[in-house]
This record gives sequence, C-alpha cells and structure tokens, in this order.
Amino acid sequence: MLHFLRRRFLFFFFTYLVSSLTIFFLLRILPGDPARVIAGGREATEEQVAQIRVELGLDASLPQQYLTWAADFIRGDWGDTIAFRGALNRDLIIERSVNSARLAAVALLMSAPLSLALGVIAGLFENKLPDILISLLTLSVVSLPEFVTGLFLINIVALRWGRGELAQSLGWWFPSSSAVPANASFAEMLPALWLPAFAATLVLLAYISRLTRAGVIEELKRDYVRTAALKGIPWRTVIWRHVLRNALLPTITVIAISISWLVSGLVVIEYVFGFPGLGSLLIAAIERRDLLLVQAIAMVTVTVILFANLFADAAYALLNPRVELS
Amino acid sequence: MRLIADSRHYAAFERLARSQLRHPQSAVGTLLVAVFLILALFGPQLAPHPNPNDQSHDVRRPPTLDLGRLHLGEHPFGTDRLGRDVYSRVILGAGSIFQIAGLGTLISVALGSALGLFMGYQGGWVDEIIGRIIDALLAIPALLLALVLIGIIRNLDFDAGSWQAALADNVILLVISLLYIPIVARVARSTTLDIKTREFVEAAQIRGESQPYIIFREILPSVIPSLVVEASLRFSYAIFLVASLGFLGFGARPPSPDWGLMVNENRGGFYQLTPWALEFPALAIAILVIAVNLMSDGIRRAVQKGS
Amino acid sequence: MAASQHLVDAHSLTVSYRVEDRWIPAVRDFRLQLAPGQIVGLVGESGSGKSTVALALMRYLSSNGRMESGGSLRFDGEDLLNKSMAEMRRLWAKRIKFVPQNAAAALNPSIKIGRQVTETLKAADGIEGPEAFERMMDMFHDVNLVDPERVAQRYPHELSGGMQQRVTIAMALISNPELLIMDEPTTGLDVTTEAVILDLLRNLIAERDTSVVYITHNLGVVAQLCERVIVLYAGEIMEEASVLDLFAHPRHPYTLGLISSVPKPGQSKGAAQLQSIAGNPPSLRRIPSGCVFAERCSLVADICRRRKPPLESLGAGRWARCHRWSEVGISPPPRSHKEAGGYPRQDPIAFSPSVSSDDRNRDGGTGWGRVKRSSETLLRATNLTKHFPVDRSLSEILGRQEPSPIRAVDGVDLRLSAGQTLGLVGESGSGKTTLARLIIGLEARSGGKLELLGMDVRDSVRDRSQDLRSKLQMIFQNPQNSLNPYLSVRQAIRRPLIKLRGFAPAAADAEALALLERVNLLAEYAERYPDELSGGEKQRVAIARAFASDPDLIVCDEPVSALDVSVQSAVLNLLAELQDNHGSAYLFISHNLSVVGYLADIIAVMYLGQLFEIGDARELFQPPCHPYTEALVSAIPVPDPLHSTERILLSDDLPSAQNLPSGCRFHTRCPRKIGAICETEEPPWRQGDAGRLIRCHIPLEELTSSQRGLRLAREAD
Repeated sequence: MLHFLRRRFLFFFFTYLVSSLTIFFLLRILPGDPARVIAGGREATEEQVAQIRVELGLDASLPQQYLTWAADFIRGDWGDTIAFRGALNRDLIIERSVNSARLAAVALLMSAPLSLALGVIAGLFENKLPDILISLLTLSVVSLPEFVTGLFLINIVALRWGRGELAQSLGWWFPSSSAVPANASFAEMLPALWLPAFAATLVLLAYISRLTRAGVIEELKRDYVRTAALKGIPWRTVIWRHVLRNALLPTITVIAISISWLVSGLVVIEYVFGFPGLGSLLIAAIERRDLLLVQAIAMVTVTVILFANLFADAAYALLNPRVELS
Repeated sequence: MRLIADSRHYAAFERLARSQLRHPQSAVGTLLVAVFLILALFGPQLAPHPNPNDQSHDVRRPPTLDLGRLHLGEHPFGTDRLGRDVYSRVILGAGSIFQIAGLGTLISVALGSALGLFMGYQGGWVDEIIGRIIDALLAIPALLLALVLIGIIRNLDFDAGSWQAALADNVILLVISLLYIPIVARVARSTTLDIKTREFVEAAQIRGESQPYIIFREILPSVIPSLVVEASLRFSYAIFLVASLGFLGFGARPPSPDWGLMVNENRGGFYQLTPWALEFPALAIAILVIAVNLMSDGIRRAVQKGS
Repeated sequence: MAASQHLVDAHSLTVSYRVEDRWIPAVRDFRLQLAPGQIVGLVGESGSGKSTVALALMRYLSSNGRMESGGSLRFDGEDLLNKSMAEMRRLWAKRIKFVPQNAAAALNPSIKIGRQVTETLKAADGIEGPEAFERMMDMFHDVNLVDPERVAQRYPHELSGGMQQRVTIAMALISNPELLIMDEPTTGLDVTTEAVILDLLRNLIAERDTSVVYITHNLGVVAQLCERVIVLYAGEIMEEASVLDLFAHPRHPYTLGLISSVPKPGQSKGAAQLQSIAGNPPSLRRIPSGCVFAERCSLVADICRRRKPPLESLGAGRWARCHRWSEVGISPPPRSHKEAGGYPRQDPIAFSPSVSSDDRNRDGGTGWGRVKRSSETLLRATNLTKHFPVDRSLSEILGRQEPSPIRAVDGVDLRLSAGQTLGLVGESGSGKTTLARLIIGLEARSGGKLELLGMDVRDSVRDRSQDLRSKLQMIFQNPQNSLNPYLSVRQAIRRPLIKLRGFAPAAADAEALALLERVNLLAEYAERYPDELSGGEKQRVAIARAFASDPDLIVCDEPVSALDVSVQSAVLNLLAELQDNHGSAYLFISHNLSVVGYLADIIAVMYLGQLFEIGDARELFQPPCHPYTEALVSAIPVPDPLHSTERILLSDDLPSAQNLPSGCRFHTRCPRKIGAICETEEPPWRQGDAGRLIRCHIPLEELTSSQRGLRLAREAD
C-alpha cells in the first residue's frame, strides 16, 4: 500500500510539474509577443510593452522565467489584476474560489447520494424497466449542455413557475439571478446557490450514475457473488456485503475525477446564472485579456483537482486490501 | 485504404446494422444523426433563406409551425428581433457544428491513434514518458484549457494571410484536435498493448516483419473497433464543446448562425420577447447530442458483443 | 425404485439460455439418480453443458437461463422446482453445497477469508462468534491448511491457488452438506497441486458420507475419484455406467473415442498413433434432429441421422444413447470417406489407420519430404539465463536501488539433435515458457550462449538473419490468439512463404493450399477467417503457418493444452506425422506428462529456472529419476480406474523465483531430502544409463532402489 501511495505521490508531483509548465508556456511558445498581449494588444504603446516586459522578467531565460513564476505562485504572489483595477489577483481569486467551492460542495452533496442510488438501482435491474427509465433520464441529462439546462431553470422554473401562484403561496423561492453580495456568508448565499447547484448536479448525476451502474453490473457477474448467493445468505446481504462494497470502491475515484468534470461545467453554469465564482471570473479575465489572472486561475484549478485526486487515491488505498499487491 | 475496407470490417458493419435494428433507440439516434448530416451538407439548398443574416423579414414573428397539421408556414420557428428567419438559421447552423466537431474528431482520431499505436507498440521509456505527460494533461479540465488557448490565440496579432492568422481563424478546430488527441491516444495505446501480446503478433515478429507492417497490418485492424467507439464518443463531446464555446462567446462570431451563439444572443431580457429564437437552437443542440449519444451507445454495444 | 432411495432424482431436465431473443436448449433431457454417499462424475468437453447441469441441479441459473417445463428435480424426496427462493436458500445454506472451478474468482477479494467462511456457518447453523471460529479452525485443519489462524486473517489474493481451493472446499464442507456439487475444482491447478487436492477430497468425502456430483473434462480424474460416470456431449447424456464398466467396455462410440484419445503415461508415438474423433461438436443453434454425435461417429447408420436415439437402459445400471450400442468396441469397421456424408475430413477418423507417411513423402511439394533427422547437433544452449528486473517504476528510475530480479531461467544447458523432439516439463512458474521465448528470440537473454547448427544465434529475433528466422518457428498455446482475426487462412499461410522463402504471390497461394492439405484441412478453408474455425482447426492453420518456412526447429509452447481431448489427439498425431515427413525438430513444452511422453524423444524436467533431469523419454516413467520428476509422474491422474500408485504429494507453495532457496532449489518441497547438504550445496549432475542426467545429491543407485516408477503403462502395452 505504501508502495502504491508513493507512486501516486510521485505522479502527483510530476503531473503538477507538467500542467504548470503547460500553463506557463502557453503564453510563451505561441507566436506573438506576450508582453504586448498583456499590455492590451495593438493599442498599447511601445513604452507600456517595454515596461511590462521588465515587470514580468521577460528578458530572462525561459527556465529562469518559469522558476520565478512558479516561486511567485507558491508564495502567493499572483500579481495585480488588470481587469479589475486595484485588486490583487490573489484576493480576487480567493474570494471567488470560496463562492465556487460552496457551489461545488452543494452540487456534490446533492448529486453524489442521488446518482449513486440511481446507478445502483439501474445496475441491479439491468435491462429491466427501472434501468431503462434511469438510463433514459441520465442519457438525456448528459446530452443537455449546461447552458441549456441552466437557461431552462432560469426561464421556465424561476421566471415562469416560480412566479406562479402555487409557488408564491407555498413560499418557494426561485432566484432567477444568482448575483450575491461580496463576502456573503454561506447561509446568506444559499438561496442564490441552489438553482445553479441543481444545474451542476445534473452534470454530475449522469456521469456518476452511469459509472456506478457499470460497476454494479460488472460486480454482479463475479463468481464470488454466486458463491455468496449459494451460501444461502439473504439476497440483501449478498448485495450489500458482496456487490456494493466492491462496486462502490472505484466510485471514490470517480467522484474525485468528476471534480475536474464539475469545473468545466461550473464555468458555464456560473456564466449563465451570473454567479460570482471562479468560472465567471475566468471568462471575464479572458475577455478582458488579463492573462496573468488567467494563469493564476488555471493554476489554482489544477491544484484543487490534483489534490482531490491524491486524496481519492489515498482513500482508495486505505479501503482496498488488494492495493497492497501492486 | 485497403486496410480499413477489409472484408472483416464489412462483416462487423453488418453486425452493427443488425444490432442497431435490435435496439430501436440506437437506430433512431443514427437516423437523427443522418438527418442532421443532410442538413449540414445541403443546408444552403434546404434553408428557405440561405443568407444567415437576411434581416428582410418582420421582426419578432412567432413560429408558424403547426405539428398537429404538419404545417410549416412562412416562418416555422419565427423570426428574431432583427427579423431573421430562425428556421433557416437553425438549418444553416448545422453546417458549422458538423464541420468543426466532425473535422476535429477526425483529426484527433487520426493523430491520436497514430500516437497511441506507436506508444503501445514501442513500449519502454518512450511510452512511459509520453503516457505520463498525457495523464498530466488530462488532469486539466478540457473547457479550461480550451478557454485559455482560445483566449490567448484570439488576442495575438497576426498579419492577415499569414499561417498564424489562418490558425487563429480555425482556433476551435485546433483546440478540439489538441484536447482530444491525448484521449484518443490513450485508448489506442491500451488496445494496442492488449493486442501486442497476442500470439499472432509474436508470430509476425518471429517472421521478422518490419515494425510498420506489424503495426498497420497485424495490430491496427484489431484496434479499429475500439477507435470507432471512441470516435463516436469524441464526436458527441466535440459537439457539446463547440456549442458551449459558442454560447460563452468564444466560438463563432455574430452574425454567424452558430447554435450556441444564437442561444446566447437571445437570452436574458430578449428571451421574454422572442423565446423561440432561443428555444429552437437549444433544442437542436440537445437533439443532436442525444442522437449522437444513442448512436455511439449502439456502436459500443455492437463492438463489445463482436469481440 | 422408490424415490426416497435417491438423494437426487432428476428426470427430463432441459435448460435453455436466451441468446439474442432465442432460447437455446443447452442441456436436454438430463437424468440423474444419486444414492447417498455416492460420487458420480460428469464428464464432457467444452460446450457439453456440464457446468449448466451443475448449477441447474442447485436450481441456480443465470438471469438469461430457464428450466423448461416437463422435467422434475427432487432432492431427498422434495421437489426442488416448486420451492420458493427462501426455501432454496435454506437448502443452499446447509444441505447442498457448490465448489466452483476458479477459487481465486470465487472468493470475495475485499473480505478476509475468516469472515467469508464464518458467514457460511451463520447461514447454515446460525453459529457466530468464537464457536464459529472454532468450527472454522477444525475445518481448516481438516483441509490441511497450514497455520489456519493466519489464513483466516488474510485476503484471498494473499493465498496460493491451492490454498484458495482448500478454502472453497472448507467453505462447502463446513456445514456438513448431504450433496456436494463440484465444478472442475482442480482445473487450472498444477498437476502436483491437483493430486494433493484430489487426495484430500477423496478422504474428506469418505469420512463424511457426502454425495458428490463431480464435473470435469479430465477422464483421469474421473477414473481416480468417482464410482459412477455420466458422459455428456452437446447437452445430452451419451452414456452412464459405473466407472469400472465404462473404462472396460464403453457402450457409446463417443465414450470409446474419448477414452482412446487420451495418451496414457508410457504410450509413445513410436508404438501407435493416438485414436481421435473426427469433426467438431454441433452448434447448439442447429441441433441435429437425429443423434447429436452422428456426424462424428464411426458407426453411423441411416437411422442415426433420421431418429434421435433414446437413453436406453442396458441393464446392470448402464445407460446409453445409441442405436448401435451393442456393436461398440466389438468390431470397429474401417470407414471410408464417402460414408462420412461429405463431412469435411479434418481429423483422422477414429479407428481407421491414417494414410501412411510414405505416400505423403512422394507427393511432397517444394522442400517437403526431405528428412533431416540425423544425430548432428541442431541446437545447443549453454548457460542460458534470463533475469527479469522487478517493476522498474518511476521510483526505481529516480535512483532507488535495484530490487533482486526474478530469475526465470537460470543457467540452462541443452542440446537438441536434428529431427528430434525435446519435451520440456515442469509446473507453472518453472520458467519453461521463458526458455522457449529465449530460444525463439522473443525475449532477450541476460546471459549464456545459443548456437544453431554451430552458428551463434543473436538475442533478439529482430537482429537475426532472415535465413535463421526461417529455420526457427513457433506454435503457440492459445489457438484463439495465434491467428490474426482479420486475416484469412490463406493470407496467414502465404505470408511466411513470401517473407521467408521468397515465393511469388501466385506460387505462394498454390503452396498455401498444399500446406493446408498437409494439415488435413480442405482447400475451401483457405478463404475462411479464424472466427469460422474450431479450436483444433485454428491450431492446424497455425501449424501449417509454422511449417511454411520449412523450419529446422519448431518451438511448441503447450500446443494442445487449450484443446478438447478428442481434438487434442488429432493434433498430436498431425505433429508426429509432419515430423516424420519433414524432419523438423520440436522443442515441445507441456505441463501434461502423458502428452510429452507420447511425442518426445528426450525429456527435460525444469524447476525454478533450472533443469533437474534430462533423459530418454521412454525411461521417464522408470527409476532412477529425480525426486521432483518422481513426484510429477506419480501425480498424473491416469485414466484407468484399475491403476493405483502411491502418490508423492508435494506441498503447493512453489518458492518465488525472486527469492530462490539456497543449495538445491527443490529442497523446500523434496520428499527425499537427505539433510543439510541439500540446503547448502548445489547438487551435482549424475549420469545414469543411456545418457540420462539427474541433478541430485542422492546417488542414482539409491534412487533406483527406493523408487517404484509407474508400472501400469508398461504392463498394458
């Protein structure tokens, strides 16, 4: 098990290195002058460009530039924003990350139990009615781009049903915009959170439940499930002890991987709902050509994903006795 | 091309067709994809108003489509706030999405499978290093990488007519290919690793066959089925990605009839005025992705059964 | 006969599986009457439906299976088919138990052994806690599990294959069941481990008075273990008899064919060809309306194709499903090709002498019929070595110390003459396949020298000359994977002709057809693809492909072990015949000593990367031999119920090739270990009669006087 973890740890560092190199060099190897881009493209004056070149240390060698940049990132020195004058990239990103994390947390809390349950039911009833219904549901959900479901939730649920008499009389509240004040607490934010979180839930729902279903079906075919059934123990015990235990182990990893999936979805969902998260910040940063901010956001995102994967590996190794083998 | 047109693959194709018939949902999916393909190929001929930016109509006309009587009317999907026929624009939009998603899939499958075959057959440290790099790249969310790449390339200044400018014009195609090459390579590699240890490959090695012969004549035919499955899966993700990028404003530029862009242009306050201008392109995206998913499910089922 | 006398009483059982919207009857009209305490063997080849029967007797079918109406299945007088699931579960918990084939897959990988066994006890008797633990310890002791407390604390993957199978047996027996259904419990185990498990089973069953249905494809196991035998073919019972009657006087042509197909220990190619059964079993999708065996039967008559024979009682507890049972084994009529009804003659036909090899020689094509047999040295390996480095992962690349390597082949000396067959035997993990791959050049050697016809041979096949490659060919174990599924038979055979012998495409096509004929396949097979061929036919094509380059040496890595018995003998005959005509030498690897004994001239015994004995094949079964060879020979399940040997049982824990025992590598398991010298010093090679070499500390005279050898085969000749 230690051997496995050591390898995963090495892989974690290697991956971190490769992805940070990718993010760094995307700006450097592409044709064109990064300083000019950062300065604002064609309209920038020569002096501005030259100043930025010095500021960014672009006169140094490439490896040196990378090292400086990486050290700055680790120290938390992520530069000033151009897009949002006066703020530090770090403060901006941290504030937005907190918002996004809350959104992601609500989405995960909603989707993980639901999708596991749906996946298990579909798997246990392979090719029977419950499975067909669940498969149709998940297939349609996986096929709808986040912005389509998001717009549906805003325009149909929030604006049409939410303003209907029934919803009003029941006191249900469907916010059509998820704009929240800066530094809002989690409780204050919750009303604005739940519709976008629902949209994000749908993204994960299909993904996790389809993989869970496949895992359950595969497990059900195992010889040891037959062995257990022929022991004469109740079918329920066979399912819980012998099927689900092994079938759900890999889903730990799946949920960790789905965080990367969720990040992509959140970018779109935050944009649709106008939610002040990291994703909408990224789009704003790209639109306003604030490439330093873009870099920092990308690095933060990758860091989160890699740590999630590392934790999943550790949890998997702790729960799975077979890992000792490798 | 003789390789791909191997008679074994014809048999596989037959099996595929039969399996699709047994599962009506896959057959429906394939049929719908075919319909969209026809729209994409003959859009300008089929659209009543072949110019996507034809603003000569009354603005904000509601749809005249009557499904009950199977009647299209003058503007089946209505007109938008600029007086453009939404029906024509949806039909014309199929072309760009197929072009970008389809071409991107083809490029990534071609290059990715070449890379994967090479890695899988070569093995050793070459495979180890490229494999690790691919794993690392895949840790970065696809949309994030796409947005960053597009954001950067879009903002670079190029002389008109230079190759860099041509590249910038096709940036989404480029991004899709780049994003999916590693994914396809990983699939091709793992299948190749599996096939490589089969005895018929060792028999070829014992005969002293050249590396290209072994890769292309002995291994590739057995890898093709899993590549077909992967290609259909990639295609559905590519459509998804193109639509999302269009919606976020990183795809086609106005007045292009791009579906994602149309959705974006007609949301917010405009939705109250012309809901149909948003709903029909959104529906088109949803139906196309569902259709491609159903089709790829069918292909996967047939291939898994065949092997 | 009152039903109460039988523990199991099954009649007219038909089991179908749903395949693509069609119900296919995999087992038809099955009957079984099993008295308490009786052991009945259920023998059949792949596709005979024997595993389906095993589960059907427990009324446990997969979700796509069903029991057709009209049959009856009674256990201890109670009708099983009308029982509720809850009632069935109670029976499964206590009275009817199942032992599966693949123990590694049948144990839950993420639950400790102890918990999996006590779970059984709770379901059976409601026993839990310390009491259950006590019972489990007793049971583990009964199945000879060493250190039972520790075993209980382990996960399945931490146990060897033999130990895993002991655990499944313990799990089945712990509730003292009345009926035990065993589905090939020793298949997949080494012959040495198989012998140990069979011995254990025999004792356990005798002690407990349990009734057993034992399913296997191995006639030897049946002969050694069972009282009665049921022979299944294509889903139907062909014959049922007591084990003595069945082997002495089979009453069904299929049974007779099966029994005579198996090479007996001591039988060799020099004496006579093996019998074999022509053709392939029918597809379950197109079951013939007449007798299912008619197409392959040597006694076939018109009535056999017209009317399905009933399962007839022949008296004295014998049953056979054959119109002509009374003629079986009495006067085997020579059968002409026409009689076979145009059925492709792929395999030599049972009971008829094959076409003599002289005829073959004369019509030989290019390069054929040139006999190369001589005493000149063809291949010489000196100190051949292969060490596999262990898991060079990222951490090792980053400069951690190298772990000790796996010493798969560790200093092997071999000499092979032209036209000779060298048989290589040993348990799995002995390194025999690695040795073969070193010689053929698929694996680069770590050390040693290899010469072919006195010329140095390079490591990798890639660096070898075209001429050398054409002289060295290989036939693989798994016919499923040895042909490219996307190339037709013709394409597969013509390629080496073009590549290695420089044939023009047209000439290559003609020669490919000639080669097909040599391996007894019809010309129409040329345009077929591998998935249209049976296992035996694929292996024939692979043989034709290997012979295409006119090689001097063919490495055969377990070429028949994936084939059914009835097909296996035909392939062995073919190999012997081709060698006769062609003079190629074989390096023939097998775990099956009888098969090696049949085909080989010289036999080498390998253990943990080293050779321990080399000698004339005819002498293999006679003393003196190495204690390891002696154990291997005694472990052979001989397909003859009258045969009995005192088995030498080896423990089933083969040491790891990464951490080899000091001194003699065999000392940890050796039943004849003489003392400290075995642990400290490598044993010397000792030379016996007729060039026999044995690597042991015990002098040969001593070995001779204490060993008994396998007498039966000689006496039977």
